Amino acid sequence: MNARSEPGLPAPQSRTEEPILSVEELSVRISGLHILQGVSFTVAPTGVTVLLGRNGVGKTTTLRAIVGLTPPAGEVRGTIRMGAQSLLARPTHRLVRGGLGYVPEDRCVFAGLTVAENLRLAERRGTTPAYDKVFALFPELDRRGRQRAGSLSGGQQQMLAIGRVLLNDNRLLLVDEPTKGLAPKVVTEVAEVLERVAESVPVLLVEQNLAVVRRLARDAVVLAAGKVAWTGDAHELLLETALTKSLLGVGSAEVSTPSARSELASPAVARKDQL
Amino acid sequence: MGTVILLALTGLGLAALYFLVASGLSLVFGLADVLNFAHGLFLGVGAYGTWWAAGNLPGAGPDGFGFVIAVAFGVAAGTLVAILVELVLIRPLYSRTIEQVLVTVGLSLAGVALLQATWGADARPFPRPDWTRQVTGILGAQVPNGGLLLIIAAVLVLGAILAFLRWTRYGLVIRAGVENREMVTALGIDVRKAFTLVFAIGGAAAALAGALGGVYFGTVSPGQGGSLLIFAFIVVVIGGMGSVVGSAYAAVVVGLVQQFVNYYGTSGLGDICVVGLLAVVLLLRPQGIAGKVATA
Repeated sequence: MNARSEPGLPAPQSRTEEPILSVEELSVRISGLHILQGVSFTVAPTGVTVLLGRNGVGKTTTLRAIVGLTPPAGEVRGTIRMGAQSLLARPTHRLVRGGLGYVPEDRCVFAGLTVAENLRLAERRGTTPAYDKVFALFPELDRRGRQRAGSLSGGQQQMLAIGRVLLNDNRLLLVDEPTKGLAPKVVTEVAEVLERVAESVPVLLVEQNLAVVRRLARDAVVLAAGKVAWTGDAHELLLETALTKSLLGVGSAEVSTPSARSELASPAVARKDQL
Repeated sequence: MGTVILLALTGLGLAALYFLVASGLSLVFGLADVLNFAHGLFLGVGAYGTWWAAGNLPGAGPDGFGFVIAVAFGVAAGTLVAILVELVLIRPLYSRTIEQVLVTVGLSLAGVALLQATWGADARPFPRPDWTRQVTGILGAQVPNGGLLLIIAAVLVLGAILAFLRWTRYGLVIRAGVENREMVTALGIDVRKAFTLVFAIGGAAAALAGALGGVYFGTVSPGQGGSLLIFAFIVVVIGGMGSVVGSAYAAVVVGLVQQFVNYYGTSGLGDICVVGLLAVVLLLRPQGIAGKVATA
């Protein structure tokens, strides 16, 4: 049951832990497009596992398949397990109630609702929502309770999207490109928050910003052409400039974030960051 | 002056009728993406339910408190049918738009045929309290009470729906679901329960329109729902899918335009103007008066 497609890579010690999530031979076909073609990987029960790959390779599709949000026209095959429980074919709201938190790409806050209403929506009967925890992480959300979520800045919306998921206890968080389109200072803030969140709950993160990846990720899974091209220690991957370049396409014309480009252009800076 | 007042108030009466039908249609479309062509059936069930109860149900009657019971029975029947339609016919077909359209169109035809087969194709005189046949003098105009009753009912229903959406947990789920249904499920909420609820609310409002429309027109006939539904759809599109307030504004505009143009122009021209208005709105503001603006 080795999820790594690249033999010969040293297994980090953390790999001996029982994974919180295991994805095996996941195939997703949406209106004729075979987006994922047998993807297998595991997510460690602690820390951040980052899912990398070029644009359009199926990172978001993978997260959405895990949380049961493949469009009705799509076809999903394979197995996805969280602990001992099989996730496929279960409705999204059950999965989420079972402890799978999902922070979608583009934040998806309810723009017409107030911040307080966005949060209240995540409350569940029979459990006490952890407002203390959320407001400690994001004091801004407490202050702006009556403001419409649509009028928040991108960074504040991201905080709200993360905050409403943290109101409940989660066994695993799926976070899709949380720093996309944010200003550099806000990117750092979001990364700080995720770092703190990851201390208590494992995170499967899709992220294009390699500075954020370097700061947060322990393990990395790289997708290419609908399959897993590489898995292993995230920092090892980032140190291998040529490998990163070929797998992620960074440095080529299709780079999406300027920060990623600049970092790969100067690997020396990257090493310094790690110290 | 009297004529203008009279036209305005009868136009508002018509608007009230449109609003009662359109509010549910709009919520159902906004939340569940279901274009419910069977919505007119709920109106028919409400009208015939009231008519039947006034004549047959013990305690109910054409006047006084008996009439209230008759209307309540009609509304309950319309709500029940709406819930059954959602659970049995629509629920297995979510996200299959073409099948939904076929099923709801078929159901609307079958429903009308069933009403015809049971009570005949001809219009039946509607039981109504005497005071609804009389007129009230407002600023020199003699306004039929039946129309005023419709306007009051529509305002109350608008207030009730808005309060429900604003202050209740399910109202919150519905407002969020109209914006982004998928994200509601991703917060651990079974949004389909809200679908049933929205169908029930829409069915109740349409059935009330059927009962009070019967009072207003004085008759009930199987095809009534279908012809109102066309204008209700226009109101929904002009008002913006999923917006109850938008439906209210649009209903007022459509009702008034129709009434005034039909009176001062050729009869029937008002209906054409309404369709023209629809075209203009679609060209200039495709999301409707209060609809969601598409964002990048």
